[in-house]
Amino acid sequence: MSSKTLTRMDLSEAVFREVGLSRNESAQLVESVLQHMSDALVRGETVKISSFGTFSVREKSSRMGRNPKTGEEVPISPRRVLSFRPSHLMKDRVAAGNKD
Amino acid sequence: MIRSELIQKIADENPHLYQRDVEKIVNTIFDEIVEAMARGDRVELRGFGAFSVKKRDARTGRNPRTGESVEVDEKHVPFFKTGKLLRNRLNGMEE
Repeated sequence: MSSKTLTRMDLSEAVFREVGLSRNESAQLVESVLQHMSDALVRGETVKISSFGTFSVREKSSRMGRNPKTGEEVPISPRRVLSFRPSHLMKDRVAAGNKD
Repeated sequence: MIRSELIQKIADENPHLYQRDVEKIVNTIFDEIVEAMARGDRVELRGFGAFSVKKRDARTGRNPRTGESVEVDEKHVPFFKTGKLLRNRLNGMEE
Protein backbone atom coordinates (compact mmCIF):
# COMPACT_ATOMS: atom_id res chain seq x y z
CA MET A 1 0.00 0.00 0.00
CA SER A 2 1.32 3.45 -0.93
CA SER A 3 -0.20 5.28 2.07
CA LYS A 4 0.12 8.85 0.95
CA THR A 5 -2.05 11.50 2.57
CA LEU A 6 -4.11 13.83 0.42
CA THR A 7 -5.42 17.15 1.69
CA ARG A 8 -7.73 19.94 0.56
CA MET A 9 -4.86 21.10 -1.64
CA ASP A 10 -4.94 17.90 -3.69
CA LEU A 11 -8.71 18.16 -4.12
CA SER A 12 -8.40 21.80 -5.26
CA GLU A 13 -5.64 20.77 -7.65
CA ALA A 14 -7.98 18.13 -9.16
CA VAL A 15 -10.75 20.74 -9.57
CA PHE A 16 -8.23 23.13 -11.13
CA ARG A 17 -7.12 20.40 -13.58
CA GLU A 18 -10.61 19.18 -14.48
CA VAL A 19 -12.54 22.43 -14.69
CA GLY A 20 -9.89 25.02 -15.45
CA LEU A 21 -10.83 27.63 -12.83
CA SER A 22 -8.07 29.50 -11.01
CA ARG A 23 -6.30 27.65 -8.17
CA ASN A 24 -7.69 30.16 -5.73
CA GLU A 25 -11.29 29.71 -6.86
CA SER A 26 -10.88 25.93 -6.97
CA ALA A 27 -9.75 25.98 -3.33
CA GLN A 28 -12.74 28.14 -2.35
CA LEU A 29 -15.15 25.75 -4.04
CA VAL A 30 -13.70 22.73 -2.21
CA GLU A 31 -14.16 24.67 1.02
CA SER A 32 -17.78 25.58 0.13
CA VAL A 33 -18.64 21.93 -0.52
CA LEU A 34 -17.27 20.85 2.87
CA GLN A 35 -18.96 23.81 4.56
CA HIS A 36 -22.41 23.02 3.08
CA MET A 37 -22.11 19.38 4.06
CA SER A 38 -21.04 20.30 7.62
CA ASP A 39 -23.85 22.86 7.99
CA ALA A 40 -26.48 20.32 6.88
CA LEU A 41 -25.14 17.75 9.37
CA VAL A 42 -25.10 20.31 12.19
CA ARG A 43 -28.79 21.01 11.38
CA GLY A 44 -29.32 17.27 11.91
CA GLU A 45 -29.81 16.42 8.23
CA THR A 46 -28.51 13.26 6.60
CA VAL A 47 -26.12 13.93 3.70
CA LYS A 48 -26.51 11.31 1.01
CA ILE A 49 -24.04 11.43 -1.87
CA SER A 50 -24.97 8.81 -4.47
CA SER A 51 -22.16 6.40 -5.39
CA PHE A 52 -20.06 7.87 -2.55
CA GLY A 53 -21.79 7.30 0.77
CA THR A 54 -24.15 8.58 3.45
CA PHE A 55 -23.28 10.73 6.45
CA SER A 56 -25.81 10.63 9.24
CA VAL A 57 -26.07 12.05 12.72
CA ARG A 58 -26.88 9.68 15.56
CA GLU A 59 -28.03 10.65 19.03
CA LYS A 60 -26.21 8.86 21.85
CA SER A 61 -27.89 8.79 25.23
CA SER A 62 -26.01 9.41 28.44
CA ARG A 63 -24.30 6.48 30.13
CA MET A 64 -21.85 5.73 32.92
CA GLY A 65 -18.28 5.38 31.75
CA ARG A 66 -15.16 4.45 33.64
CA ASN A 67 -11.76 6.08 33.71
CA PRO A 68 -9.64 3.10 32.63
CA LYS A 69 -6.64 4.34 34.60
CA THR A 70 -8.28 5.05 37.96
CA GLY A 71 -11.35 2.82 37.66
CA GLU A 72 -13.46 5.80 38.71
CA GLU A 73 -17.02 5.99 37.35
CA VAL A 74 -17.79 9.12 35.34
CA PRO A 75 -21.05 10.13 33.69
CA ILE A 76 -20.88 10.52 29.89
CA SER A 77 -23.34 13.17 28.74
CA PRO A 78 -25.71 12.61 25.80
CA ARG A 79 -24.09 13.60 22.53
CA ARG A 80 -24.46 13.57 18.75
CA VAL A 81 -22.04 11.53 16.68
CA LEU A 82 -21.52 11.36 12.95
CA SER A 83 -21.52 8.05 11.15
CA PHE A 84 -20.46 7.40 7.57
CA ARG A 85 -21.78 4.49 5.53
CA PRO A 86 -19.80 3.98 2.33
CA SER A 87 -21.76 3.19 -0.85
CA HIS A 88 -21.43 -0.19 -2.53
CA LEU A 89 -19.45 1.45 -5.29
CA MET A 90 -16.92 2.90 -2.83
CA LYS A 91 -16.61 -0.43 -0.99
CA ASP A 92 -16.07 -2.30 -4.25
CA ARG A 93 -13.50 0.19 -5.56
CA VAL A 94 -11.57 0.20 -2.28
CA ALA A 95 -11.61 -3.60 -2.03
CA ALA A 96 -10.55 -4.07 -5.68
CA GLY A 97 -7.89 -1.34 -5.59
CA ASN A 98 -6.17 -2.69 -2.49
CA LYS A 99 -6.07 -6.33 -3.48
CA ASP A 100 -2.42 -7.44 -3.57
CA MET B 1 -29.29 16.70 1.61
CA ILE B 2 -28.48 14.79 -1.55
CA ARG B 3 -25.82 15.30 -4.23
CA SER B 4 -28.11 17.35 -6.51
CA GLU B 5 -29.10 19.69 -3.64
CA LEU B 6 -25.45 20.24 -2.78
CA ILE B 7 -24.75 21.06 -6.45
CA GLN B 8 -27.69 23.49 -6.46
CA LYS B 9 -26.43 25.33 -3.37
CA ILE B 10 -22.98 25.77 -4.88
CA ALA B 11 -24.54 26.89 -8.20
CA ASP B 12 -26.74 29.48 -6.41
CA GLU B 13 -23.68 30.94 -4.68
CA ASN B 14 -21.68 31.08 -7.91
CA PRO B 15 -23.96 32.55 -10.60
CA HIS B 16 -20.92 33.16 -12.84
CA LEU B 17 -20.35 29.39 -13.22
CA TYR B 18 -22.20 27.09 -15.64
CA GLN B 19 -24.36 24.46 -13.96
CA ARG B 20 -22.43 21.72 -15.75
CA ASP B 21 -19.13 23.08 -14.37
CA VAL B 22 -20.55 23.07 -10.84
CA GLU B 23 -21.60 19.44 -11.36
CA LYS B 24 -18.11 18.64 -12.59
CA ILE B 25 -16.52 20.37 -9.57
CA VAL B 26 -18.64 18.49 -7.02
CA ASN B 27 -18.21 15.17 -8.83
CA THR B 28 -14.44 15.67 -9.11
CA ILE B 29 -14.13 16.17 -5.36
CA PHE B 30 -15.95 12.93 -4.50
CA ASP B 31 -14.29 10.94 -7.32
CA GLU B 32 -10.86 12.10 -6.17
CA ILE B 33 -11.55 10.83 -2.62
CA VAL B 34 -12.70 7.41 -3.93
CA GLU B 35 -9.68 7.17 -6.28
CA ALA B 36 -7.29 8.00 -3.44
CA MET B 37 -8.74 5.31 -1.20
CA ALA B 38 -8.69 2.80 -4.07
CA ARG B 39 -4.90 3.42 -4.18
CA GLY B 40 -4.72 2.89 -0.42
CA ASP B 41 -4.16 6.59 0.30
CA ARG B 42 -5.68 8.62 3.10
CA VAL B 43 -7.62 11.86 2.60
CA GLU B 44 -7.40 14.25 5.52
CA LEU B 45 -9.77 17.21 5.50
CA ARG B 46 -8.98 19.20 8.67
CA GLY B 47 -12.07 20.24 10.58
CA PHE B 48 -14.31 17.91 8.56
CA GLY B 49 -12.78 14.47 8.90
CA ALA B 50 -10.43 11.89 7.42
CA PHE B 51 -11.08 9.03 4.99
CA SER B 52 -8.79 6.03 5.25
CA VAL B 53 -8.62 2.36 4.35
CA LYS B 54 -8.65 -0.37 6.98
CA LYS B 55 -7.54 -3.93 6.49
CA ARG B 56 -9.82 -6.73 7.62
CA ASP B 57 -7.95 -10.00 8.17
CA ALA B 58 -9.02 -13.24 6.56
CA ARG B 59 -11.29 -15.24 8.86
CA THR B 60 -13.43 -18.32 8.99
CA GLY B 61 -17.01 -17.19 8.80
CA ARG B 62 -20.21 -19.10 9.01
CA ASN B 63 -23.24 -19.09 6.78
CA PRO B 64 -25.88 -18.02 9.30
CA ARG B 65 -28.59 -19.96 7.49
CA THR B 66 -26.89 -23.32 7.06
CA GLY B 67 -24.24 -23.05 9.80
CA GLU B 68 -21.65 -24.11 7.24
CA SER B 69 -18.05 -22.74 7.62
CA VAL B 70 -16.72 -20.50 4.85
CA GLU B 71 -13.29 -18.97 4.38
CA VAL B 72 -13.53 -15.17 4.10
CA ASP B 73 -10.52 -13.59 2.38
CA GLU B 74 -8.62 -10.60 3.72
CA LYS B 75 -10.16 -7.37 2.46
CA HIS B 76 -9.87 -3.59 2.66
CA VAL B 77 -12.74 -1.35 3.69
CA PRO B 78 -13.30 2.43 3.66
CA PHE B 79 -13.30 4.21 7.02
CA PHE B 80 -14.24 7.76 8.05
CA LYS B 81 -13.25 9.53 11.25
CA THR B 82 -15.05 12.79 12.10
CA GLY B 83 -12.83 15.86 12.55
CA LYS B 84 -12.63 17.62 15.89
CA LEU B 85 -14.23 20.87 14.71
CA LEU B 86 -17.25 19.13 13.14
CA ARG B 87 -17.65 16.83 16.17
CA ASN B 88 -17.73 19.90 18.41
CA ARG B 89 -20.14 21.75 16.13
CA LEU B 90 -22.52 18.77 16.19
CA ASN B 91 -22.65 19.18 19.94
CA GLY B 92 -23.26 22.91 19.92
CA MET B 93 -19.69 23.92 20.65
CA GLU B 94 -18.36 26.43 18.16
CA GLU B 95 -14.55 26.83 18.17
